[in-house]
Amino acid sequence: MTTIDITEQGLRYLNETLQQQSTGTNQKEWDIINPRGSHAIAVGLDAPIQVTVNGSTGYYCGGMNKQASITVKGSAGPGVAENMSSGMVVVEGDASQYAGATGRGGTLVIRGNAASRCGISMKGIDIIVAGNIGHMSAFMAQKGNLVVLGDAGEALGDSLYEARLFVRGSVKSLGADCVEKDMTEEHIKQLAELLERADMDADPAQFRRYGSARQLYHFDVDNVSAY
Amino acid sequence: MCGIVGLFLKDDALKPQLGEMLSAMLITMTDRGPDSAGIAIYGDETAGQIKITVQSSTPESDFPTLEKHIRDQTHLAKDKLNITMRDTHAVIVAAETDKDHILTLITDNHPNIRVMSQGQSIEIYKEVGLPKNVVERFALTQATGSHGIGHTRMATESAVTTLGAHPFSTGSDQCLVHNGSLSNHNMMRRKLRAEGVNIQTENDSEVAAAYLSARMSEGETLGEALTSGLNNLDGFFTFVVGTKTGFGVLRDPIACKPAVMAETDAYVAFGSEYRALVNLPDIDQARVWEPEPAEVYFWSH
Repeated sequence: MTTIDITEQGLRYLNETLQQQSTGTNQKEWDIINPRGSHAIAVGLDAPIQVTVNGSTGYYCGGMNKQASITVKGSAGPGVAENMSSGMVVVEGDASQYAGATGRGGTLVIRGNAASRCGISMKGIDIIVAGNIGHMSAFMAQKGNLVVLGDAGEALGDSLYEARLFVRGSVKSLGADCVEKDMTEEHIKQLAELLERADMDADPAQFRRYGSARQLYHFDVDNVSAY
Repeated sequence: MCGIVGLFLKDDALKPQLGEMLSAMLITMTDRGPDSAGIAIYGDETAGQIKITVQSSTPESDFPTLEKHIRDQTHLAKDKLNITMRDTHAVIVAAETDKDHILTLITDNHPNIRVMSQGQSIEIYKEVGLPKNVVERFALTQATGSHGIGHTRMATESAVTTLGAHPFSTGSDQCLVHNGSLSNHNMMRRKLRAEGVNIQTENDSEVAAAYLSARMSEGETLGEALTSGLNNLDGFFTFVVGTKTGFGVLRDPIACKPAVMAETDAYVAFGSEYRALVNLPDIDQARVWEPEPAEVYFWSH
């Protein structure tokens, strides 16, 4: 275990040190203290290391992550795990707006609530939220899974492509071209795997699935006069 | 971008530290707004007295002239009159009954002097420059009071000038700080001016302040005025609005401008980012949350 104090050693030192770790590194465990809401904590990592951030973070914590497993023992500011490729980011508190935005892979787990635009333009990431999510979540989401154990705000899945959205609670409203879809055995099985990965105890049968009606992103010849 | 901070004290024992706590919060928000900064402090009030905060870019000559002019007015209550100068600002304390006379005297005779605020407890200090320099110039760490709000500005809608800095005060003991940009401020400014509302600048945020003041002068409560604002102010905003008894918070329905709040038994605090709140006492035990979009929040004494 290596401890880095952001107040003492600085954010630049923290990120440089963590980014220098290679796939075969022996220093697997890192403990970050005094994050104090700093921006861009543990960004751009590319090694199978475990990073624990002891406190709340500002913008873009865990952004562009590959391989690393990052746990925030507090709440995360806007854009946590933005554009992540692989690995895992766990937020024990709440996450601010656009959590997991544009994520291409990996898993983002939020044990509290997520604010607006959660999973906006996600491209393969799996996001599991124990609480509620805010408005315009999964806007233009292309691929991956968004699982919500609580409620979803307004305009869920607006202009959705092929991401799958699973919500256990209520949905305030669905966005354009987002519709409820059947939960088949395949979906139940997939959802069970996602919940297990996030260490969340919930019955997959209680969720509803939402997806794209595919009316918006396919050209319809009847609309040709509009162009 | 811009930074907003606000602090509302529940525990009177913290009153002497209000300026120090709020100044530290403000300086933390420097990289959200390095071009100007300002703070509104709600300090102690004395029955029958009012405070008028004025500003001049040539204070050495303007303020002594103003002071002499006021003191030469034979019918003013001199025993209550006190003028304190702080850098480019001065606070005139006077009998409440003399308020209109002094305000008219300033606007009619001293074109270089601008009224920043007036009311029983509000004082506003704002200038261009880094927040830490603004804090030093006005000795804001020494300010005391029950609540206050501050702003660090990165200008988008109008020029970087003292008058374009926040907070904006458009009513007695009222002020507003804004992060965002309004898109219907020109039309709203024309409407309000037609109603007789005085708006000094081309700044979009001043229009929001004037709008809320106008609604409140028609009898709406702050909560009702903020709700009206949701229907009539178009654009992006996180507002923190101060009144004599407390402050209110409102975010637009899109809510892309950040906002974090913290509450303990001793205070309610607002910050554009959590960073602004980390030095507050017992922050680790505080309830920390993001205000919901399009929801009116208000705390008062």
